[in-house]
Amino acid sequence: MTALLEVDHLGVTFRTEDGPVLAVKDMSFTLNQGEILALVGESGCGKSVTAMSIPGLLPTHGVARRGSVLLSGRDLTTLAEHELESVRGKEISVIFQEPMTSLNPSYTVGKQIVEVIARHQGMNRRQALGRAVELLSMVGIPDPRRRCASYPHQLSGGMRQRVMIAMAVACDPKVLIADEPTTALDVTIQAGVLEVIRTLCRELGTAVVLITHDLGVVAEVADRVVVMYAGRAVEQASVGSLFAAPQHPYTMGLMGALPANALRTKSRRLAEITGLVPAPVDDPDECQFAPRCGRATAECRATRPKLAESRVDHHVACYHPGREDDRG
Amino acid sequence: MTDMAVAVLPATTAITRGVRLRRRFLRRPMAVVGLVLVTLFLLLAIFGPLLTPDPLVQELTSAFAPPSAHHLLGTDDLGRDELARLASGARVSLVAGVLSTALAFLVGVPIGLASGYFRGWLDEVVMRLNDTVLAFPFLIFAVGFAAIFGASLRNVVIALAIGLLPSVVRITRGEALVLREQDFIGGAVADGARAGSIMFRYLLPNSVNALIVQATVAIPTGIVGEAALSFLGLGVQPPAPSWGLMLTSAQQFLVQAPQLAIYPGALIAVATLGFNLLGDGLRDVLDPKDRR
Repeated sequence: MTALLEVDHLGVTFRTEDGPVLAVKDMSFTLNQGEILALVGESGCGKSVTAMSIPGLLPTHGVARRGSVLLSGRDLTTLAEHELESVRGKEISVIFQEPMTSLNPSYTVGKQIVEVIARHQGMNRRQALGRAVELLSMVGIPDPRRRCASYPHQLSGGMRQRVMIAMAVACDPKVLIADEPTTALDVTIQAGVLEVIRTLCRELGTAVVLITHDLGVVAEVADRVVVMYAGRAVEQASVGSLFAAPQHPYTMGLMGALPANALRTKSRRLAEITGLVPAPVDDPDECQFAPRCGRATAECRATRPKLAESRVDHHVACYHPGREDDRG
Repeated sequence: MTDMAVAVLPATTAITRGVRLRRRFLRRPMAVVGLVLVTLFLLLAIFGPLLTPDPLVQELTSAFAPPSAHHLLGTDDLGRDELARLASGARVSLVAGVLSTALAFLVGVPIGLASGYFRGWLDEVVMRLNDTVLAFPFLIFAVGFAAIFGASLRNVVIALAIGLLPSVVRITRGEALVLREQDFIGGAVADGARAGSIMFRYLLPNSVNALIVQATVAIPTGIVGEAALSFLGLGVQPPAPSWGLMLTSAQQFLVQAPQLAIYPGALIAVATLGFNLLGDGLRDVLDPKDRR
């Protein structure tokens, strides 16, 4: 089966006054229909830039993009702005992090959903409103008919994020990009919103790119995971395999920093990853994690490891993958 | 389209918002005074001419007549009913103030929105042109325009509209500049919204408060502008009544009949004051940061 979305050797460079910033260096991944792919990594590793460049939402000025993004075989990077406008919201939708400010404060939520539907589908207003009510009930909003007449400021953060999701799936997109959809919400609401995303994905067959720095969220909803570090994918695996046997030292470091995991260690202390993320100004031919890595050898500093399969359907970019105790 | 969501359910939400704004408005005495003055002005302009005698009929034998049952405020130097002339003058003022403001908004708002939303060279060109118009004092500009294109109410409205345009463009642009950085604009782009739809469905409705306040400043500016132009003979032409024109002719009789200057002068002041008070009140009431 060919993949629904194929991101191939994507690179994004921002030109700034202090010189070029290499936000994304070389990202490749595929996304199948109905699949939830998590992009994880710490702030500044290029997760959001990767995701936003898929529907061409990066500013056009001062940004250089390389590589290709194929949606059902069509290269989105070659499309003109007006062609992208009909892709956005219809084939690829985005849910943003901030539900508090992502809705138009001047219109009722019903009207905003109707707007999106009317924009992309030849529905009349009455049908579109019916669909809006249906969507709101689908994302678990009680009394959806009444809520249609609510203004955003009358809804809680969780409700607004549900409205955002309803708007995003209004036109049955093939791909849903969720950029830290639950970061601004508290934990109980978070679980509900994630559940909605997962259910929609199963029922509508929507593929999801979920951006998060929360490994708990990943474990809960994702099918596959791409771990990013300094603008590159360092590990790519199914969620089961990743959590059972993380291969990259960086991934292991992230997991060691999870409180639940730390409790199982003898010291019962949170493990941290020493050092800092390298500044994204140059791209030396070395493993970018090497300066922070306990296993780094001369080889790591000489050439950059490529993503390679180390276990079944589990790729890692490291010369010394796997657990300490797994290796002889 | 606005009524659609409302049709589903009587918009209780909109009503509560309206009620809240009304309460906040009523708590400001000066704003209420402004509203009353503006309302009186509107009533005078709309219904006054219907209830008073013909303002053009001269009764030379009863010039400078004192107030009587026949002429409530007496007559002017040509024996015309003073109240009728004031009422018709109010209508001219209203037309000049409202039409020039409407024209300025009709042209200025789209320009300001586009300028603020697209930025870049368009913004530069628009703002420099704007500065050029702003560099002329409002009245001097209007006087020059009326002098070149001839004195008529139509030209007065056009001249005033051009004079009012820069501030409208500037304010709309400022709103657009702030709003374009908001997350919901990014969201709209991500949903495939086109620039036109973003400008008129996202930027404009969220700028309405600032624009309403600006309108309450622009209308009295237009009223005063019309009066000034007419006073100088560059606006409404006699014998048609206009407050500015009435002031001009009253000048010669300041000693015999000071009331002929006082009535139109006071009305200009009161109408302008009313709009300014109303505008101040609305600015406070519509300010989302002010929660009194």
